[in-house]
Amino acid sequence: MANAASLKGAVAIVGVGESDIGKVPHLSGLGLNAQASKRALDDAGLKVKDIDGLLTAYSFTEPYTMLGSSLCEYLGLQPGMCASMVAGGASPGVMLRHAAQAIAMGLAETVLVCAGENRATGFTRDAAVAMLAQVGHPQFEQPYGGLIPGYYAMVARRYMHEYGTTREQLASVAVNTRSHALLNPTAQMKTPLTVEQVLASKLIADPLRMLDCCIISDAAGAFIVTSAERASTLRNKPVYLWGVGEKSTHEHLLCAPSLTHFGAADSGRAAYEMAGVGPRDIDLAQLYDCFTIVPIIELEELGFVERGAGGSFFENGHARIGGKLPVNTHGGMLSHAHAGAAGALFGIVESVRQLRGGQGKRQVEDARLALVHNEGGILSAHCTVILSNQRA
Amino acid sequence: MPRHLCPNCWSDELEWVESKGGGTVHSFSIVHRAPSPVFAANVPYVIAMIELDDGPRMFANVIGPDALGVAIGDRVKLTFEDRGNGVMLPQFERAPG
Repeated sequence: MANAASLKGAVAIVGVGESDIGKVPHLSGLGLNAQASKRALDDAGLKVKDIDGLLTAYSFTEPYTMLGSSLCEYLGLQPGMCASMVAGGASPGVMLRHAAQAIAMGLAETVLVCAGENRATGFTRDAAVAMLAQVGHPQFEQPYGGLIPGYYAMVARRYMHEYGTTREQLASVAVNTRSHALLNPTAQMKTPLTVEQVLASKLIADPLRMLDCCIISDAAGAFIVTSAERASTLRNKPVYLWGVGEKSTHEHLLCAPSLTHFGAADSGRAAYEMAGVGPRDIDLAQLYDCFTIVPIIELEELGFVERGAGGSFFENGHARIGGKLPVNTHGGMLSHAHAGAAGALFGIVESVRQLRGGQGKRQVEDARLALVHNEGGILSAHCTVILSNQRA
Repeated sequence: MPRHLCPNCWSDELEWVESKGGGTVHSFSIVHRAPSPVFAANVPYVIAMIELDDGPRMFANVIGPDALGVAIGDRVKLTFEDRGNGVMLPQFERAPG
């Protein structure tokens, strides 16, 4: 096995792009990906012919059998490396890792990574029902009326039972994230949010309420990865990959080893080890936030706070911009955008922007190291990424 | 869940063992928004992770007249729900003590 530490500083993200976000009915899912990709390419100052690899994830609204090939076809690309990587919300980190490995080995030089779909406007009613029906184990979960918020609700309830995390603390995650979204012009949600409003929103799967759940968007995101050598010749300040780690423990919650301990601890440990840093060195974190319980668990598993202290960290404002560790500075999936794998990909986009600097009121002061945590399934597949604006 | 081999040691010399049917509620949620029209008439209903006394954990509904009062740690007992067409779905009811 190759020395994993060799990936540190080997590649950089040199361009990022977001499609239009919200309800974008005039663009298909592929169209949203194309828009985000063009913006990322323009941001990097590169030409289409420079791209020699493409990685994308999956789409529920446009479930092409070979999504990577379909996207290349749409974009007019004929790259030497192309794949669709399906690890749910963990896909963007996993794609970055595979892009980095390919570049570090010399198998590709400049890889376009993109994901997203038109989840807000692209579904017919039948298609939405069909999608919902395939969530959960077909034999051992679906017949019982299981649903994604319900699985996460069971995690939340067990977590609250064991660690005393409170209902108000869950709400404070949504409020924290919304306050950041209000500083981000591309965020879908534009109005302030209070804990009381979260607690008064309708029950979806007790204890989770509507405002504990991520939003639904038409959206795609893209970033361009290249070698550190090439990055140094381009116009943007490169944002280098320092560390990446993965852990996959299950897919369906009924097979999860635990309802309180997940793979983020191990994926984080691997990423920290590769980067040669620890949680205290991190300046900002973009944590997967499909439901409000999740960033609390991740904050703890990634070693930022002790087990059980994640809820109060949010409640006391430590995760705000200007706080001890700003979390989800773009507004996260709770308030910025969520469209399949794009949700987590925007955490990478935002980290790159923060590490370049110049984000106005949203800017985290002296940001040098950002951590992005992606998870897919029901806390099933995990990928932790550490990025820096310095090569070493 | 049943499978071709043991996920711990990959032994494929497996046998069926009858569960005694007792268990404990490890966690649960009361669903207010059904995932599809099929379940819409059932809301609110309880989904739960049950720790079987025999060892494995399984996902099911807690059903019965007092189901919505369920709490973590509650004792539950296996029952079967007739879903028609010969389908008997294993379910759980709250049990005293």
